[in-house]
Amino acid sequence: MATSSHDNPALLDIAGVSKAFGSVEVLRSVSLKVDKGEVVTVIGPSGSGKTTLLRCVNFLESYDSGSIRIDGKEVGFREAGTRQRRSERDLAAMRAETGMVFQSFNLFPHLTAAGNIMLGLTKVRGKSKAEARQIAEHWLSRVGLAHKADSLPAELSGGQQQRVGIARAVAMEPKILLLDEITSALDPELVGEVLAVVRSLAEDGMTMVMVTHEMAFARDASSRIVFMADGGVSAVGPPKEILAQETTNERLRSFLARFRASHF
Amino acid sequence: MGYALNFNLIWRHFDKLWGGLLLSLELAVISIAIGVVIGLVLAVWYVSAGRVVRAIIAAYVEFIRNVPLILLVYLVFYGVPTVVDLAYSAPTSFVLTLSVYSGAYLVEVFRSGLEAVPRGQLDAGKAIGLTPWQRLTHVRLPTMLRITLPALSNTFLSLFKDTSVASVISVPELTYGAQWINFNTFRIVEVYLVTTAMYLLTGYVLLFALRLVERRFRAAR
Ligand SMILES: Nc1ncnc2c1ncn2[C@@H]1O[C@H](COP(=O)(O)OP(=O)(O)O)[C@@H](O)[C@H]1O
Ligand SMILES: [Mg+2]
Repeated sequence: MATSSHDNPALLDIAGVSKAFGSVEVLRSVSLKVDKGEVVTVIGPSGSGKTTLLRCVNFLESYDSGSIRIDGKEVGFREAGTRQRRSERDLAAMRAETGMVFQSFNLFPHLTAAGNIMLGLTKVRGKSKAEARQIAEHWLSRVGLAHKADSLPAELSGGQQQRVGIARAVAMEPKILLLDEITSALDPELVGEVLAVVRSLAEDGMTMVMVTHEMAFARDASSRIVFMADGGVSAVGPPKEILAQETTNERLRSFLARFRASHF
Repeated sequence: MGYALNFNLIWRHFDKLWGGLLLSLELAVISIAIGVVIGLVLAVWYVSAGRVVRAIIAAYVEFIRNVPLILLVYLVFYGVPTVVDLAYSAPTSFVLTLSVYSGAYLVEVFRSGLEAVPRGQLDAGKAIGLTPWQRLTHVRLPTMLRITLPALSNTFLSLFKDTSVASVISVPELTYGAQWINFNTFRIVEVYLVTTAMYLLTGYVLLFALRLVERRFRAAR
């Protein structure tokens, strides 16, 4: 993997990001590079800062120091080093380049499945209604919901809502997709259908950072696993390497042990 | 009881009641429309503003909610023109008063609705790249409307009844018409029976219409 920032800059470059909520340090100098086409899964105990890290990447959350760049462009601030926050208009444009899928789906309840997908396409991408509708229908069929285009979120199951959530994010053609425990709120029998969609996106080369508790998925589908603990990156590497570190990394061992105890 | 009901005199002057009812409705519709604008603008401003603006808006709401409407009506109709060089008719004065009054109540309704919109929905709006204005108009307001519709209907209805206060400055709305007939015919029981029935009926019709609107919105959720 290239580490030089000159000849092969990472698509996502998180460098020394720290953040505190009041006196609680939630991120402690987190650094992580993600290359185009990579699927990086983030694991770690609850409260270790996984959600906060993802939310910093599209600046839903600001941070105290460090830098986050996508395609070489500083996300939240006018230039690296300066702490001058971008204008809201600029931030909106930056955020349109990243997609996000939420644990609680967060579909717009007054819009149909197609309407949820079309909103960003028409308002942000400036597409015509007809074109946006076509794109929405394309993505809905990609996630197996072509027949639900005109259903409201309240009429869909959790798994279906989440697949609309994914379609809404990828229809914007983001450079990178952020997924935060997207199956945690689902009944176990609905997890598979959602993960299958993520897998197929990975096969298409979508760059993803995915916080998950689905260990089997992390092991099989990711190029690298990031293990977070206490607001820092405790281990990072290909799945095999990380799981092999269980013998040497005390935190990882106790996380996996507790994890197995609660899941099997 | 030696009182025999006789509605003949009421029917003879019924135009006073009918015209009064139409004026009551007109006063209510205009005041509520202005009040909705005041309420929406201030509520949106409130939820995005700093402490000073919030304190000022809260003070306006508190003031209005703690002063009886009838006092505000006197204040605006008799008080204001004696202090500043302004002249307006009684109906205009009342519409002004009820607008400001309803605005205060509606700020509260809209503010609590705006604050009840789940943060996740706003985050989702940010995440797809909507600007603050787009998030307001396409995400926050539609959800807020759904949340507040029942409270909104109740507020509208109670504001319609509040138009009766206009009678104290001789605006010829429904209650004033009733007083006029009472004064000229002394059929006090009959006139107030009929007037009450008219308020009730209009209230029911309004409520029915508002519930229809609510149901349409709820169906589209
Ligand atoms: N908005 C917030 N205000 C204050 N503390 C927060 C906020 N969001 C998260 N935290 C705290 O930050 C820490 C990390 O949270 P989070 O990023 O959600 O962890 P994870 O996703 O790994 O469970 C937790 O201790 C949490 O309580
Ligand atoms: Mg989390």
